[in-house]
Amino acid sequence: MVEQRCWPKMDLLRSESMQLVQLIIPLESAHRAISYLGDLGLFQFKDLNAEKSPFQRTYAAQIKRCAEMARKLRFFKEHMTKTGMLPSTRSAITNDIDLDNLEVKLGELEAELIEINSNNEKLEHSYNELVEYKLVLQKAGELFYSAQRSAAVQQRELQVDNHGEGSIDSPLLLEQEMITDPSKQIKLGFVSGLVSREKSMVFERILFRATRGNVFLKQSVVENSVVDPVSGEKVEKNVFVVFYSGERAKNKILKICEAFGANRYPFAEDLSKQYQMMTEVSARLIELKTTIDVGLAHQSNLLQTIGFQFEQWNLLVKKEKYIYHTLNMLSIDVTKKCLVAEGWCPAFATDQIQNALRRATIDSSSQIGAIFQVLQTKESPPTYFCTNKFTSAFQEIVDAYGIAKYQEANPSVYTIITFPFLFAVMFGDWGHGICLLLVTLYLIIREKKLSSKKLGDIMEMTFSGRYVIMMMAIFSIYTGLIYNEFFSVPFELFGPSAYACRDQSCRDASTAGLIKVRDTYPFGVDPKWHGTRSELPFLNSLKMKMSILLGVAQMNLGIMMSYFNAKFFGDKLNIWYQFVPQMIFLNSLFGYLSLLIIVKWCTGSQADLYHVMIYMFLSPTDDLGDNQLFLGQKFLQLLLLLSALVAVPWMLFPKPFLLKKQHEERHQGQSYALVDRTDDPLEIEPHYDSHKHEEFEFSEVFVHQLIHTIEFVLGAVSNTASYLRLWALSLAHSELSSVFYDKVLLLAWGFNNTIILIIGIIVFVCATVGVLLVMETLSAFLHALRLHWVEFQNKFYEGDGYKFHPFSFALLGNEDE
Amino acid sequence: MYGFEALTFNIHGGYLEAIVRGHRSGLFTAADYNNLCQCETLDDIKMHLSATEYGPYLQNEPSPLHTTTIVEKCTLKLVDEYKHMLCQATEPLSTFLEYCRYGHMIDNVVLIVTGTLHERDVQELLEKCHPLGMFDSIASLAVAQNMRELYRLVLVDTPLAPYFSECITSEDLDDMNIEIMRNTLYKAYLEDFNRFCQKLGGATAEIMSDLLAFEADRRAVNITINSIGTELTRDDRKKLYSNFGLLYPYGHEELAVCEDLDQVRGVMEKYPPYQSIFSRLSYGESQLLDKAFYEEEVKRLCLAFEQQFHYAVFFAYIRLREQEIRNLMWISECVAQNQKSRVHDSVVFIF
Repeated sequence: MVEQRCWPKMDLLRSESMQLVQLIIPLESAHRAISYLGDLGLFQFKDLNAEKSPFQRTYAAQIKRCAEMARKLRFFKEHMTKTGMLPSTRSAITNDIDLDNLEVKLGELEAELIEINSNNEKLEHSYNELVEYKLVLQKAGELFYSAQRSAAVQQRELQVDNHGEGSIDSPLLLEQEMITDPSKQIKLGFVSGLVSREKSMVFERILFRATRGNVFLKQSVVENSVVDPVSGEKVEKNVFVVFYSGERAKNKILKICEAFGANRYPFAEDLSKQYQMMTEVSARLIELKTTIDVGLAHQSNLLQTIGFQFEQWNLLVKKEKYIYHTLNMLSIDVTKKCLVAEGWCPAFATDQIQNALRRATIDSSSQIGAIFQVLQTKESPPTYFCTNKFTSAFQEIVDAYGIAKYQEANPSVYTIITFPFLFAVMFGDWGHGICLLLVTLYLIIREKKLSSKKLGDIMEMTFSGRYVIMMMAIFSIYTGLIYNEFFSVPFELFGPSAYACRDQSCRDASTAGLIKVRDTYPFGVDPKWHGTRSELPFLNSLKMKMSILLGVAQMNLGIMMSYFNAKFFGDKLNIWYQFVPQMIFLNSLFGYLSLLIIVKWCTGSQADLYHVMIYMFLSPTDDLGDNQLFLGQKFLQLLLLLSALVAVPWMLFPKPFLLKKQHEERHQGQSYALVDRTDDPLEIEPHYDSHKHEEFEFSEVFVHQLIHTIEFVLGAVSNTASYLRLWALSLAHSELSSVFYDKVLLLAWGFNNTIILIIGIIVFVCATVGVLLVMETLSAFLHALRLHWVEFQNKFYEGDGYKFHPFSFALLGNEDE
Repeated sequence: MYGFEALTFNIHGGYLEAIVRGHRSGLFTAADYNNLCQCETLDDIKMHLSATEYGPYLQNEPSPLHTTTIVEKCTLKLVDEYKHMLCQATEPLSTFLEYCRYGHMIDNVVLIVTGTLHERDVQELLEKCHPLGMFDSIASLAVAQNMRELYRLVLVDTPLAPYFSECITSEDLDDMNIEIMRNTLYKAYLEDFNRFCQKLGGATAEIMSDLLAFEADRRAVNITINSIGTELTRDDRKKLYSNFGLLYPYGHEELAVCEDLDQVRGVMEKYPPYQSIFSRLSYGESQLLDKAFYEEEVKRLCLAFEQQFHYAVFFAYIRLREQEIRNLMWISECVAQNQKSRVHDSVVFIF
C-alpha cells in the first residue's frame, strides 16, 4: 500500500477530476522528463504503440540491456544467498552512477566473479576427488584387510581340519580351491571407486547381468554424504570394489561405471603403497584446503563489495527498465525529434507536471521545452481517489466490489462509519472490543517498523486493515456498552439498575418479582435483564427491531445517493422515474414499518406489528382493532399501499419510452437544445458523440428496466430481511460468550480447586480468543461486508470504472520477483 | 462405464484436467507466432518469450543465446509440467501419463544405441536425449552389443520390456537392425497403448483411438516411404505396421507392395481423411508431407479439447506442446541462420 501525497483537500465522495493530456517532449530531455514524472507519480501513460510487438519498439535495445543487467544482478544475488550474505539493507550513499558506467561495472564484476568461481570449482573438484580417493583408500583397505584376515582364519582352520579327519561341515569346494597351487590361480583384476547409494542396487544388478554373474562386488557404506566432484552436490555414496576376470569383463565394467557416474580410483594391493598414497593424498588435501579457503575469502570479499551497493544498483536498473518501458509507449514524431505522450493526470497535478517538465528541460540543457496540452476526449477517464493511510483500507473494501465509475458517488465515504458500526452491532461486547482495540493499537503504534518488514499473508491483511479494525473495535465498545455486555457479564456502569425486588423472596430472578424503583437506566440495556427468564425475548425484540431500523435507514441512504448521482450527472430521467418511485415504494412499506416500530417504542403499545403488516396486504380495508397504534392508521395504510402499487409501474414503464423518444429526437438533429442542460463539458461529449454510432435497441432497454424493477421490488423485501442478520449474529455472539463464561469459567470456579480453575481459565481464554475474537470477528466482518456490497451499494453504485494507475517509482520497491 | 464419466471423473481427474486446460491456454497463438516470425535476432525471441509462460525459464540465461538453450529450457518447462501432473495423478491416469512418454523412451534407446554404434561419447548422447524419455539405467545401454544383451541388461527393468518380445535376436546391432527395432517397438507400444485406452473406455477410448489410429497410419506411411529402395522385404515391411488404424488391414496390404511415392499416394487417396492431405501435395513431393501430417495431427489434437471428462487432453497437450517447441526451434534456427524467408516452411500454427 503506497500512500499517495495529496495536495488538494481530500474529496472522497467524487473521484478527482482527470484530464487527458498530450505531452510533446524533445528527444534529448525525454528520459529525464519521464524519470521526473515517475518521481512525481501522478501520470498514467497510454500505450500509443499497442500494435507493435515489444522488440519493434524504439527502446527495445535499452530494455534488453536493462534485462541483461537485471540478470547479472540476479546472478550476484544468487551467489550472495549461496554464501549466506544479505545485501545490506541500508542504501549506500547515493553517488550518481549512470547506466552506461553501471553496465560496464556489472560486466567486469560478473567476469571476475565467474573467473573466481571457475577457479574455485576446479579446486573444489580436485579436492572432492581427493576426498573420495581417500575414502576409497580407507574403505577398500578395510575390505581387503578383513577379507585377508578371514581368509587367513579359514586357511588356518582348514589346515587344522586337514590334520584331522576333515569335518563334514567344511565346504568341499573351498577345500579344493585352497589346495590348488597358488601359482595356478587366475589373477583377478579389480576396480574400486564410489557410486551413489541410490543407484548402487541397480549398479550391482546391471554388473551381475552384464558379466553373467562373473564378478564379485563388495560395497561399503560411507557414513557421511560426500560432495560429488562432477555435479558439486552432496550425495550419499558407497565405496565399491569389483573383482573380475578377463579383459572383456573389464571393458564392460568400465563402461557401466561410466554410465552410472561411478568415479573410479586406482587402489594398490600393496600395503606399503597404500600407506604411501594415503599420506600423499592427505598432504595434498591439506594444501588444497588452504588454497580453497583463500579463494573463498576472495570471493566473499568481492561479494561483500557488491553487496554494499546491490540494492542501489537493483533499484536503478529497475527504474531504468521502467522508464524505457514507458518511453516505448510514446510515439515518435515524424521528424524524429520529439516524443509524443498521451495519458491521464488529475487536474490538480497540472502545475506539478509542468514543473517537472520544465526542470527536465533545464537539467538536460535542451533548447526546446516540452509542451503540455490538454486534450478533449470522449473516453471515460480513470477513477482516482486521494486516500490516506486511514481511508485507503475502506476504499479497498469498496474497490474489491468494483472500481467506481468516473466521478460517481463513492460509497467509501459512508463505509468509514457504517461498516464498523454494522460490524459492532453484531459484535457488541465492550470486553472483546477492548481486546481488539489493544491488538490494533499495537499494530498502529509499531506501524513504521512493521510496514518495512515482510509479514505473513494473514498478518499482512490484518496490518493493512488496521484502521478498519480500530474503528470496528471502538464501535464494538460503544455497542457493547449499549448491550451492557463485558464478556457477557453486565456492569452497572451508568448508575444503579432501575429495577429492584419487591421483597426478599425474588432471589431467582424473574421479571415478575421485580418492580421499577428508580428512573430508567440512563444508557443502554438495564443490567438487571441479564439472567432473567425474559432476557432473550426482550433482547431479541429489541435487536430485531433495531436491525430493521438500521437497514431501512441504510437503504434509504443508498437511494438518496442515487439521487445525488443523478443530479451530479444531470440525469433527470433517473430522478423522476427511478429515484422518486423507489423512495415511495421502500418507504411506504418498510419506512412505514419503521415508523410503527418507533411509535410502538414510544407509546409502549401492545400492538402486534406482524399482524399489522401482513393484514395491510391481505385485507387492507379490515378494522385494525387492538393493533391500532394511532388515529387514521387505516387510511394511511390504504394510501401507502396504493402508492406502493403505483410506484412499480412508475419505475417500469416511463423510462424506456422516454429514452426512446429522446433518442429519436436526437436522431433528427434536435439534440442541441438538450445538451446545454449540463455544465460539465466532459460529460456532454460522450452523449453527444456516441449517438452517431450507437443503435438504440428498445427491447434491450426495456428488458433491462424490467430486470431492474423486479430486482428492486423483490430486493426491498429480501434486503430488509437480510438486515436481520444483524440481530442473528449479535444473538449468536452474546450466547456464545455467555456459554463460555457460564459453562467454563464459572463451572471451573465452582470446584474450588486451583488446578481445575487454571485449566478452566486456559480453556476460557483459548475459546474467547479463538472463537470469539478471531472467528466471530471474521464472520461479523464478512456479514458487514455483504450488507455493504449487496444491500447498500446495489441501490446506487455502478462500479464499472477503471482505476488510475500512475507511472510511479514508489511502486517499484514493492513488486518483488 | 461409458456415458457416466461426468458423474465420477472429477473425483480424481477434475483437478488435473483443470490444470492441463490451463496449460493449454498458455500455448502460443497465431499472433504470438507472427511476432516471433518477425524477430531479427535470438535476443528478440528471448524478449518475446519473456512475456510468455517461458519467461521464468529463460530469464537467467546470459545474453548470447543459442537455439539449443532455448529449446532445452522450453522442453524443461514441459517436463516440469509433466512431472507435476504425474505427481498429482492417481490410477489409471498415472499409467496413462506414463504411456505418453514411452515413445520418447523408445527414441532415446534408439538414439543411444545408434550413437554407441558410431562410437559417440555417452555423455554427449545423454544430453541429446529427450528428458521425458529418461530412465535410470539409460546410460548403461552403451554396454550392449546385440538386442539380446540390450534386453537382458537394461530394458528388462523398464516398461518397454514387453515390447521387446518380438525383436530379440542375437544379431549384432547395425543401423538397419536398429531402425527395424525402433519400428517394431513402436508398433508394440502403439498397440499396447491402444489396448490400454480401449480398456479405460468412455470418451478416452473414443478420442484416443482416433488419435492413435492417426499415429499408426502416419507411421505406416512413413515406414513405406522410407523403406522404398532398401533391402527390406515386403513381408518384413508389413510386419512393422501396427495392427490397427484406418489402414488396417487392407491398406497395409496395398502399402506393403508400394514401390514409389505415387503408389503410396494412390493407396492413401482411397481413404477420405487422408485424401485432403495428399491432394494438397503435388506429385513426387515428399518434403511437405511431414508438415501436412503435422497439421492434420494438430487439428485432431485440438479437437480433443472439445470434450470434457477424458484423458486424451493430457496426451493432446503434451503433443501440442512438443509441436510448439518444434516450431520454436525452427523459428530460432531460421533467425539464427538468417534464413528468415523459410520461417513459414515448417511452422505449424496451433490455434
